[in-house]
Amino acid sequence: MTFWRTTIGKKMVMAVTGVAMLVFLVLHVAGNLLVFVGATKLDAYSAFLKQQAVVLWTARLVLLAAVVTHVTAAYQLARRDHAARHTAYADLDPQTATIASRSMRVGGIVIAVFVIFHLLHLSTGTLRPAPFVATHVYANVVGGFRIWWVCAIYFVALAAIGLHLYHGAWSWSRTLGLSRPSATPLHRPIATVVSVALWAAFTSIPLAILVGFVR
Amino acid sequence: MNLSLDVWRQSDHHSPGRFVRYEVADVTPDMSFLEMLDVLNERLTMAGDEPVAFDSDCREGICGSCGMMIDGVAHGPLRAVATCQLHMRHFREGAKIRVEPWRAAAFPVVKDLVVDRSAFDRIIAAGGFISTSTGSAPDANDILVRKEAADAAMDAAICIGCGACVAACPNASAALFTAAKITHLGLLPQGQPERTRRVLAMVKSMDEEGFGNCTWHGECQAACPKSISIDTIARMNRDWVRASLFEPRD
Repeated sequence: MTFWRTTIGKKMVMAVTGVAMLVFLVLHVAGNLLVFVGATKLDAYSAFLKQQAVVLWTARLVLLAAVVTHVTAAYQLARRDHAARHTAYADLDPQTATIASRSMRVGGIVIAVFVIFHLLHLSTGTLRPAPFVATHVYANVVGGFRIWWVCAIYFVALAAIGLHLYHGAWSWSRTLGLSRPSATPLHRPIATVVSVALWAAFTSIPLAILVGFVR
Repeated sequence: MNLSLDVWRQSDHHSPGRFVRYEVADVTPDMSFLEMLDVLNERLTMAGDEPVAFDSDCREGICGSCGMMIDGVAHGPLRAVATCQLHMRHFREGAKIRVEPWRAAAFPVVKDLVVDRSAFDRIIAAGGFISTSTGSAPDANDILVRKEAADAAMDAAICIGCGACVAACPNASAALFTAAKITHLGLLPQGQPERTRRVLAMVKSMDEEGFGNCTWHGECQAACPKSISIDTIARMNRDWVRASLFEPRD
């Protein structure tokens, strides 16, 4: 528990759980992109996943644990940071902080709310902007993303995820002390590619459906 | 040059503070920022007013005494210098400049622009030293240090403890200061015997002093008058996790 009580320890837990969620996103988008192959493939992939009940539920529980610890640590550290600067500057001019680094907390809240909406929309089918049949994944996706406001919610959330990753996919290795010394420690070519690629791949799906490229 | 300053005035830690506007005339571009404040203070004193309190000592960028937020930037707009080495030529004629003390719960305001940085002393006291006798000058050459390690250690040892890293950090984190000390000693052979104990104790002390945590904005590195790299923080974290999980406690 000393590990968890220390700021560095808590931050390391956030780094590890963040990477776990990043790995999930890569697998998630790889499956999602089957929407461009066709209804048969996507529905078959979904059915295949559901047959692997043990693997699926293990992954879901690991992810849930990752989300809960990530958010708990973030909340506790944010409160601590707020107390550490209880008097704000009249004037603070950031020199190197990016929009991404400064929006990690607000962006994190946006993402958390979106994940709940997303699960209710396409996993459980509780929210039904369009007709929903659990086994007809392709039809559910296409039906949902034909509606402009559903797409708008996804576009905003995916931008928030992209920004969150632009900072997180770079900083995690520094938090864990894995990065090697560099003359330009703020440069992040790999994180840039990862965040832009994931944002673009996820966004391409509602966009393609909204403009009628995928029907 | 004629300048208009908004300076934070606060009589002590318990009193509320406020910005006071001062018009400062006849400033030469060759004055340092502190000399410009000296000019202001002379005039305030002559007029029977209380001079603006600020810390300074060597005025050549090596002691770490001075430091203030100038227009929202720690040590002002010029990179890699302390406030004493910032000259008025970097401001334009008629500039309106806001001057604030470092703001952090762990750095309470003593008076005006003076803050209490003894939290740093306590972090050092927790482990920022070596207990072995290093002998006299000739003995220093008995222990060989790799050139790369010596260079990297000196790049961290250059920290003057001014507190700009804490001041500039949106979280008021002391990670760069603590990491610089840990890196400096951890890279040298003389620092090895206490390396595990040192990182655990200094990080514990840093947390206990009420500093925030590092979220990698990189602001500390930009504010540091000695340009110490945030790579030292990654190194501190590596040392800390190794000490926490893998090293036997002594």
